[in-house]
Amino acid sequence: MAPDKNITDRWNNSEILLLGGSAGSFKLLFQIIKILPADLNKAVIIIIHRKKNFASEIEKLFAENSRIPLFEINDKIKINKNTIYIAPANYHTLIEDDGYFALDVSEPLWYSKPSIDVTFESAAETYSDRCTAILLSGANQDGAQGLLKLRNAGSLTIVQDPNDAEMPEMPDAAIKINAADYILKANEIYELLRSC
Amino acid sequence: MDVSTQGLTTEQITEIIDLVKKVHGFDFSDYSKASFKRRLTRVMMIKKLSFYDLKHVLLNDAVFFQNFLEEITVNVTEMFRDPSFYKALISQALPYLSTYQHIKIWSAGCSSGEEVYSLTILLNEAGLKDKSFIYGTDINTVVLKDARKGIYSFRNVKTYAENYQLCGLKGSLTDHFTVLYDAATIHNELKVNTLFSVHNLISDTIFNEFQLISCRNVFIYFETQLQEKILDLFYKSLCPHGFLCLGSKETIRSDFFKKKFKAVNQKENIYQKIGA
Repeated sequence: MAPDKNITDRWNNSEILLLGGSAGSFKLLFQIIKILPADLNKAVIIIIHRKKNFASEIEKLFAENSRIPLFEINDKIKINKNTIYIAPANYHTLIEDDGYFALDVSEPLWYSKPSIDVTFESAAETYSDRCTAILLSGANQDGAQGLLKLRNAGSLTIVQDPNDAEMPEMPDAAIKINAADYILKANEIYELLRSC
Repeated sequence: MDVSTQGLTTEQITEIIDLVKKVHGFDFSDYSKASFKRRLTRVMMIKKLSFYDLKHVLLNDAVFFQNFLEEITVNVTEMFRDPSFYKALISQALPYLSTYQHIKIWSAGCSSGEEVYSLTILLNEAGLKDKSFIYGTDINTVVLKDARKGIYSFRNVKTYAENYQLCGLKGSLTDHFTVLYDAATIHNELKVNTLFSVHNLISDTIFNEFQLISCRNVFIYFETQLQEKILDLFYKSLCPHGFLCLGSKETIRSDFFKKKFKAVNQKENIYQKIGA
């Protein structure tokens, strides 16, 4: 089934793609990164729950499979189009009004640092309706409140279908508070992201 | 009142910054806005204050201000945060530092003292503690009291133990503490060469000359111009070839200061002052 025109238009018009995931989201994120075209013309910000202290291979694996340059976020770097940014472990990632990242080491949220909520809420304040945000599989409630803020600000919000997710808690939490414009299966998410 | 959904306007934030500056002499105007806003919203939620209540207590309640300062500034820290940094310090800075007659260290923005005691343990293990002195400074008097006590919850110390292990130090972190129920107190001999005092990086100046300055995860809360102002303070406070340690995501980006510091370890952001 082709994605409906409304969602495709909103995706195409957005400037920022926000991706939030936890347990069970790695494969999907990997697939999404492979799909994103070189001329995406959007900035991509990925918040994935990760363990501190262990230099993970995530950046390397993602970068090898991406057509777009990919970086781990450093303090006060500018957010550019056609670039993928990954939130570092043991920091929260905030977005300044002038389009720069700002990091923060305050308390974890939902036992998570980075917290998806923190970045999504910050994006809602900075970019209001200019984002597409996708919340994927995960085993806690992080991201739901942030997604709701993005939805209320007019951004396009998508949640992975809990029946399709390895860990349904995170998508469920978002759906329960009505934070999703659309509930899509992984394949439908890929299809949408291809259409740009 | 639910401040979280209403959100503070830029004008309201500016108003609070002006008020705090005029009444209390603390200047948050070059603070990272996104973080300041988040912390402010959080204070208002915790204390159940509306914007007008907040202005009222900031004006009229002196005790509240210390509390406010504690909530606005982020005081989350760990012992041996980023083990890879401490490993780099051991292999790349300690051999150099050991050649000095006295090693003076400044931990700027030390919060409740975890970094200061991590450094003391490190120096002690390297046999350098007796010729070292560590100054811990923060703008917040409440956290400094905790730092001086050196008492941490045993639960926290256990979570720092993993960091300690990853640093490759011998024994266990708990070897350096006396534990009674949930209170873990750092051994007294590790406290002797430390001093904690108030220092405001934004408004205070040089107070000593150091062989090493550590200021990790403080710059993330400052805008770029303010970072440079403080880099200047650090540059002037370091002895020739003294070390500057920033947080793992904080890099010297200004061309001016790139010429004044050599990156000893690019990944861990350990720098060394160039020239006199």
